[in-house]
Amino acid sequence: MTVRKLNRGVAIAGAGMSNFGAFPGKTSRDLFVEAFQHMLASVDKGMDPEDIEALYVGNFSSDVFEGQGHTAAIMADWAGLTPRPATRVEDACASSGVALREGILGIASGLYDAVLVGGIEKMTNLPTEDVTDTLAIAGDALYEIPVGFTFPGFYAAMATAYMHRYGASVETFMKVTIKNHANGSLNPSAQFGSSIPQIMQSKIKRAESKGYPLPTWADEIDFLKDDRANPVIAWPMRLFDCSPISDGAAAILLVAEEVASAYTDDPIHIIGTGQASDRAMHDREDLTTLSAARLASQQAYAMSGVTASDIRIAEVHDCFTIAEVIATEDLGFFPAGGGWKAAEEGRTALNGDKPINTSGGLKSKGHPVGASGAGQVVEIWKQMRGLAGERQVDGDVNLAMTHNVGAAGQTCVVHIFERK
Amino acid sequence: MTERAFTEASYSAYLSEHQLMGSRCPSCGKTYLPPRPICPDCHSDAMEWVSTPTAGTLKAFTTIHIGPKAMIEAGYDRKNPFCVGIVQLDEGPAISALILGVDPAAPETIKIGTRLSAAFVERGAEEARRTYLAFEASGD
Repeated sequence: MTVRKLNRGVAIAGAGMSNFGAFPGKTSRDLFVEAFQHMLASVDKGMDPEDIEALYVGNFSSDVFEGQGHTAAIMADWAGLTPRPATRVEDACASSGVALREGILGIASGLYDAVLVGGIEKMTNLPTEDVTDTLAIAGDALYEIPVGFTFPGFYAAMATAYMHRYGASVETFMKVTIKNHANGSLNPSAQFGSSIPQIMQSKIKRAESKGYPLPTWADEIDFLKDDRANPVIAWPMRLFDCSPISDGAAAILLVAEEVASAYTDDPIHIIGTGQASDRAMHDREDLTTLSAARLASQQAYAMSGVTASDIRIAEVHDCFTIAEVIATEDLGFFPAGGGWKAAEEGRTALNGDKPINTSGGLKSKGHPVGASGAGQVVEIWKQMRGLAGERQVDGDVNLAMTHNVGAAGQTCVVHIFERK
Repeated sequence: MTERAFTEASYSAYLSEHQLMGSRCPSCGKTYLPPRPICPDCHSDAMEWVSTPTAGTLKAFTTIHIGPKAMIEAGYDRKNPFCVGIVQLDEGPAISALILGVDPAAPETIKIGTRLSAAFVERGAEEARRTYLAFEASGD
């Protein structure tokens, strides 16, 4: 593979996000302003917004979700940044991961010194069936959706192929849910700030107060196997295997390395970027891997000169629990077919040797699709600078990775970060 | 065969005639379903229509309990889930399809590798009437 390098270094000087969740009465521009203000407040030496030269905003479908197209120029206006160039980036759920890459390219090319990268999505205005249909159009609207595939359905089909080939069971996926909810319960910005045991307790209390028969779950797995508490959405993916419908925004300040010291003495350097595309699922030989993720990570590893074993933590695109298992293999953390065993052994937990989704992941933190990729970067920024509070991993986090996927792997974008 | 363009409209027209048609690249010999105007492997645009095999095996599947609106309108819901999957055709491409002849309410009983043959499902009335690709478990 040809190793490509950036023409000059790019670093993160600030990062912030709105809370992720369901926020009636808040539009995507309200959420973006919150994220932008949090980002500005995170800049160690402060920043005059006048220094920002361009915006790249990831957004999947404000057109359908809010009846608002052409959103980047509006975000520029509401952040007080008109008339700077403002570009919307749409690659389904990878929109803001790709927006980050576009921002990096804008700086590496020499065109800009400071770029605002954002992500927004406001999904909760619509009823669930409309959200289902809207997310499905990230698949192939001619050849996949008319036969009945849904977005959870794509990943569920990958799960059946994975289980068949490698012997994983539905319990493997449940362990990913339990781990990500445990992490999310330590994240004040998460949509679901409750662990699975906490959710079980609150359901028992509610039954008690209403005089219903008390549930008698033996443990978390027993709860997650309960069809009433955790109904099947697309077998073998149940409700708690699926990321939620969310509102949220995130904002990242990218600067050229040579000007970073004006904003911080502790920048996070972006040392690798990779991106690839793929065909519809039926055109793929192997349904237990995302080849776009493998290609994107190979590009990022080659650019940065680091290997999978060097990466301390990663935020991966766990839109469904199976996706996290596959991601940990595609990124080279575990061999093909080894991801489910690593999940079962607790290796991806906060105190494991390869913590995955310390934020709670899309599953627990929330998945406002166009904001999720930028949201991953906010978590990496916090962990690398020791600002992650109760969920802070032990020791120095000098190398970290993000993995952001559009639809069922038709887009994947990967970044590697270093704290020097 | 015919001079139909390699478009979704042509593919759907063939489906309504209960024919499963893909495009074949004469330079590298690969067949694509749905049909494509340009070969993704060798970039040739001299594609030709070819009738694909109509038998295959189940490569991956799911049973969908919360369906798209079009399937809800067709009568599917949580109490009446449906199965969709990816079917590997014998000697040829794979394709996404509705899977019939299995029990979507008991997904543990549905097996990857199940033999399937093409079926053509008609849905919708009058102008909205359309033929959808399905595959049915053939029982062998």
